[in-house]
Amino acid sequence: MTNVALKNNNNTRRIHPQVFALWMGFLSIIMMFIALTSAYIVKQAAGNWLEFVIPNSFYVSTAVILISSLTLHLSYSSFKKGKEFLYKSMLVVTLILACVFIIMQYKGWFTLFEGGVDMKGNPSGSFFYLITGLHAAHILGGIAALVVALLHAFTLPFKPTEKRRVRFSLVLQYWHFVDILWIYLFTFLLFI
Amino acid sequence: MAELEKVHEEDILIEKLGYDDHFHDHHHGDKYQSNFINHYIFSMDHKIIARQFLITGIIWAFIGAAMSIIFRLQLGFPEADFQWLKPLLGKWIVVENGIGSLAPEFYYALVTMHGTILVFFVLTAGLSGTFSNLLIPLQLGARDMASPFLNMLSYWFFFTAGIVMFYSLFISTGPFSGGWTAYPPLSALPQASTGSGTGMTLWVVSLVLFVVSVLLGGINYVTTVLNLRTKGMTLWRMPLTIWAFFVTAILGILSFPVLASGFFMLTMDRAMGTSFFLSEIFIQGQALDRIGGSPVLYQHLFWFLGHPEVYIIILPAMGLVSEVLSVHARKPIFGYKAMVLSILAIGFLSFIVWAHHMFMSGVNPFISNFFVVFTLIIAVPSAVKVFNWITTIYGGNLRLNTPMLFAIGFVSMFISGGLTGIFLGNSAIDIQLHDTYFVVAHFHIVMGVAAFFGMFAGIYHWYPRMFGRFMSETMGKIHFWGTMIGAYAIFWPMHYIGMAGVPRRYYRFDGFDAFKHFTELNQFITIAAIITFGVQVLFMVNFFYSIWKGKKQTKRNPWGATTLEWSSPIEGVHGNWEGKIPTVHRWAYDYNKDEREFVPQYIPMEEGEEHGEDMH
Repeated sequence: MTNVALKNNNNTRRIHPQVFALWMGFLSIIMMFIALTSAYIVKQAAGNWLEFVIPNSFYVSTAVILISSLTLHLSYSSFKKGKEFLYKSMLVVTLILACVFIIMQYKGWFTLFEGGVDMKGNPSGSFFYLITGLHAAHILGGIAALVVALLHAFTLPFKPTEKRRVRFSLVLQYWHFVDILWIYLFTFLLFI
Repeated sequence: MAELEKVHEEDILIEKLGYDDHFHDHHHGDKYQSNFINHYIFSMDHKIIARQFLITGIIWAFIGAAMSIIFRLQLGFPEADFQWLKPLLGKWIVVENGIGSLAPEFYYALVTMHGTILVFFVLTAGLSGTFSNLLIPLQLGARDMASPFLNMLSYWFFFTAGIVMFYSLFISTGPFSGGWTAYPPLSALPQASTGSGTGMTLWVVSLVLFVVSVLLGGINYVTTVLNLRTKGMTLWRMPLTIWAFFVTAILGILSFPVLASGFFMLTMDRAMGTSFFLSEIFIQGQALDRIGGSPVLYQHLFWFLGHPEVYIIILPAMGLVSEVLSVHARKPIFGYKAMVLSILAIGFLSFIVWAHHMFMSGVNPFISNFFVVFTLIIAVPSAVKVFNWITTIYGGNLRLNTPMLFAIGFVSMFISGGLTGIFLGNSAIDIQLHDTYFVVAHFHIVMGVAAFFGMFAGIYHWYPRMFGRFMSETMGKIHFWGTMIGAYAIFWPMHYIGMAGVPRRYYRFDGFDAFKHFTELNQFITIAAIITFGVQVLFMVNFFYSIWKGKKQTKRNPWGATTLEWSSPIEGVHGNWEGKIPTVHRWAYDYNKDEREFVPQYIPMEEGEEHGEDMH
């Protein structure tokens, strides 16, 4: 798969087209969650709204995903500096943290369900499951990207070429994005 | 064969003036498009993908239009015997006392499918998918889209969405039948109607796939426009087609995800027992325990897409028409900057008017005021565009060929349909007119027929660019006049019926004292629809016949146009230009300038030559 168009990028623009395309993707994901969170606000204002305490494992998962962003960033800068060991090990750590995040979310849903907050019934519960679930789906996409990055790291010879840097930075930016998205959603669900 | 290699003037000029991006230095001809499958089927070439979108769109248009003929037959001739349709419709023709009539459930399914197919599959994918793909790289001087792979995925998601929808036509409970807007509770409760079960499930699956397709395509279009323009192609030198596709793609990226959110909530209501959109419902004599939801919430989410969607449909048509009018009037487009600004203004306004679809849904009348004002303000940029189109052709040396006729027809349709929009945009008048045939007439003319006219203008104009041949002019002109007269004959009478209060989506009217005197008018509309459909069949014949047998294109630039797509080889090569890529020195509308009939964009400015309009 040769990307014919990119060779034509003769304009001296700093943004790589693929990175830009990714940002456009962020925009559409943001719109989707804006729609859900504004529907949440409207619904809440209409009354009949169940208030519940968010289980602790969601706090844990928030910490986990924050750390995972840092480890992935460390991996990326090590890749650029040519530190092979740190690059590979931090990538593995990130993938593990990502899986821990999903597990913590799952545990959180379970605690919530056992505490009597069902997906059916009051819309506040339905919204909580829908918003966190849809975010988890985006994390799964991120995990898939991390797996690809990991395969690159362990099957290809270590050579920090520009092409591989761009690819890795796509994974990095997506991961930072779903991290920030979670921080937004979590604070939203916590305070609103 | 000792055939003389034809030397094209364009090649020489581009070789002399163009920009060398070392594209052909690397040898990658072997792996790329080496066999039938990755050349014609899983192709990553934007020119092939454009044709895939177009042909798929035409097939869907045919299916959607055929559906409208069937339900028009029912409306025009509710007493007639439709047993002859039994081979096609099977059990949906119910025979009683020797008279076969269309099953009411299936009538609703046909209306629903007609709307869904035409709005999404034909006028979104078929129109913007086709021409964004074809023209964005070619008119900007790019080798291909920013991501040819995502571009290919975009088509195949659309194709899969189509397969799912097509499959839903044949299931025993029939396709979804609750209207193309899929309002809950009809869409949220599988037991609500025959089509609300499996039919609705397939409908929503198909449309989620479709949203993915639009997003992948849109992301690619925006990225390509902003990042892959050739040297000298500043934003203010882009042809209006590109501006239109660009804004269309942004609208899609911002609005379709909101629709997706609505669909996710709808799916949870259907499958997981939530009550986002359901409240206090009695069905089949039983009260459901679903409380607390609001169907109006769905309407907000739906129309937040739904209104930008009509501009996603009409903006590409406007872009194509601007280009076609200018080329065939041999005059620069009048008020280029005003055209661009009005595209941007329309794009912006389209996001803050959605609730005008919901005036009668119980939204707060004071909030309606806000939406009325902004809805009416859209008339301003629209009027700017109409004025500029008319001034563009005024005093021009018009070539009245088929693309030009369709472009002028577009302006006519857009005016007729746009004016009725001003009526409907008023929340007070909407009390009388909402959900009547007046609405049906309005949106069919302004975004159905007008968008089709833009699309036809585009197809006839860029046909040589796509297939290296011309479509038949004679058949084209019959097609134009048949469609022009036919479309007005169908939709003009509907305004009168609508003002009399005849509601849309009803199965038959002869049982109502207030409406039964419209039977003859309904018959007239049905006959006009059948004739117009026949003319579209002629278009299909012309289209497919010309692919193989049309008049061959000999000159690269048959219309004498200034834009870059006409400087690349007729047969369409991988990477669009053989050697260097052209660089751009001027805006796209240098027609009849300084005694020269047209000056392509890749020709440098002469000493002392002034830029067109105030482009620098």
